Amino acid sequence: MFDFGQVIDFLPQLGKGLYYTLLISIVGLLIGFILGAIFGLGRISKNKFFFIIASIYVEVIRGTPVLVQAIWLYFALPIILQFQMASITAGIVVIAINSGAYIAEIVRGSVDSINKGQMEAGRSLGLNKHQTMRYIIWPQAFKRMIPPLGNQFIISIKDTSLLSVILVPELMFQGRYIASNHFNAVEIYTTVALFYLVINFSLSLLLRYIERRLNY
Amino acid sequence: MITVQDLHKSFGDNEVLKGINCEVEEKEVVCVIGPSGSGKSTFLRCLNLLEDITSGNVIVDGYNLKDKTTDINMIRTEVGMVFQQFNLFPHKTVIENVMLAPRKVRKISVQEARERGEALLKKVGLAEKADQYPAQLSGGQQQRVAIARALAMEPKLMLFDEPTSALDPELVGEVLEVMKQLAKEGMTMVVVTHEMGFAREVADRVMFMDEGIIMEEDTPEIIFTNPASERTKNFLNKVL
Repeated sequence: MFDFGQVIDFLPQLGKGLYYTLLISIVGLLIGFILGAIFGLGRISKNKFFFIIASIYVEVIRGTPVLVQAIWLYFALPIILQFQMASITAGIVVIAINSGAYIAEIVRGSVDSINKGQMEAGRSLGLNKHQTMRYIIWPQAFKRMIPPLGNQFIISIKDTSLLSVILVPELMFQGRYIASNHFNAVEIYTTVALFYLVINFSLSLLLRYIERRLNY
Repeated sequence: MITVQDLHKSFGDNEVLKGINCEVEEKEVVCVIGPSGSGKSTFLRCLNLLEDITSGNVIVDGYNLKDKTTDINMIRTEVGMVFQQFNLFPHKTVIENVMLAPRKVRKISVQEARERGEALLKKVGLAEKADQYPAQLSGGQQQRVAIARALAMEPKLMLFDEPTSALDPELVGEVLEVMKQLAKEGMTMVVVTHEMGFAREVADRVMFMDEGIIMEEDTPEIIFTNPASERTKNFLNKVL
């Protein structure tokens, strides 16, 4: 009935999709982490301007679906700007901007959760605010960020499958292409699902390992 | 060493300090006692600007803290502080806790910072704990590390904010012992405390604070045996 043996024939094409999925996830999340760190600090900043900018960013992105963001960026923005981004670039931008907003909240929450006595202890020793953040607050906050950050990474990796609608040649896009041409939806979509599962489960294990290493 | 003139501090509408005037001389040990909510800790925290000053002057080591040109980070390197909750850095080992500020602020070498740190840990009786993390230490040991950490900056003045209040009773002694030693070596100290025995034995002068002012200050003999104010008498009757 089902012939999973035939999947082998499509592995090169699925592998290509996997490559783009990983590429967009890694580059997107790296940029997302940088955005998250910057805007997360904006959310705890005493600078009104910085705080408002960061808050608008977080609220707009959190308040709209990632699918809408992707379609808007790829199909609507070019009309406004008269400039078409390549689909892969657009995919990276969506993942970066989307994850950045959530990571900003993770950063804010983690930094906020560090006892204020830590800042006072640092400052009372003559460290300035920047030094205290860098040597005392950040390292502790970073450890607390790992579980929610891992969660966000996994969500974002799965979100890349939505990018198939803006023609990014990632895993889900390839799966749909194959399945609609060869009428093997069960075999192909099961394989695609397994690919995502393997990526995310590996990431889970890696994060668990890092978290243990950072224990004190 | 410290001159405080008409110091007021408010949190919103709540005035916590209502005009403090005092002096602390070099090498003097001053204990601040009084009921909770009297403003003792707030007063102490104004001395290194952990709380900003609403009005009045605080002059430490010749620098007016109100002055915009005063570099507060520089003042704080000269003023060590020990907190009720220790506030050790949990992600750093004991020796790293002690070495951090001298390394980053005084910019001394790792070698020198380590030697200084080890000597200080020896002094507080914790040489063998250098490579452990704060969480592995008892409260009394943590507080002694916190004292060593403050001393590593070679401050001219030490502030203690109820250093033994968070400790199990049997651990109080070891911390007070270290503080006594410091006092004996001539460190200028301002100690907010509920340890009347310590105040009596070690202080050169005791200040009794209530409702945001210094009600009375005198030698420990007079404060503890023949206080001038009724409030002081009442307070001491309750705690002694």
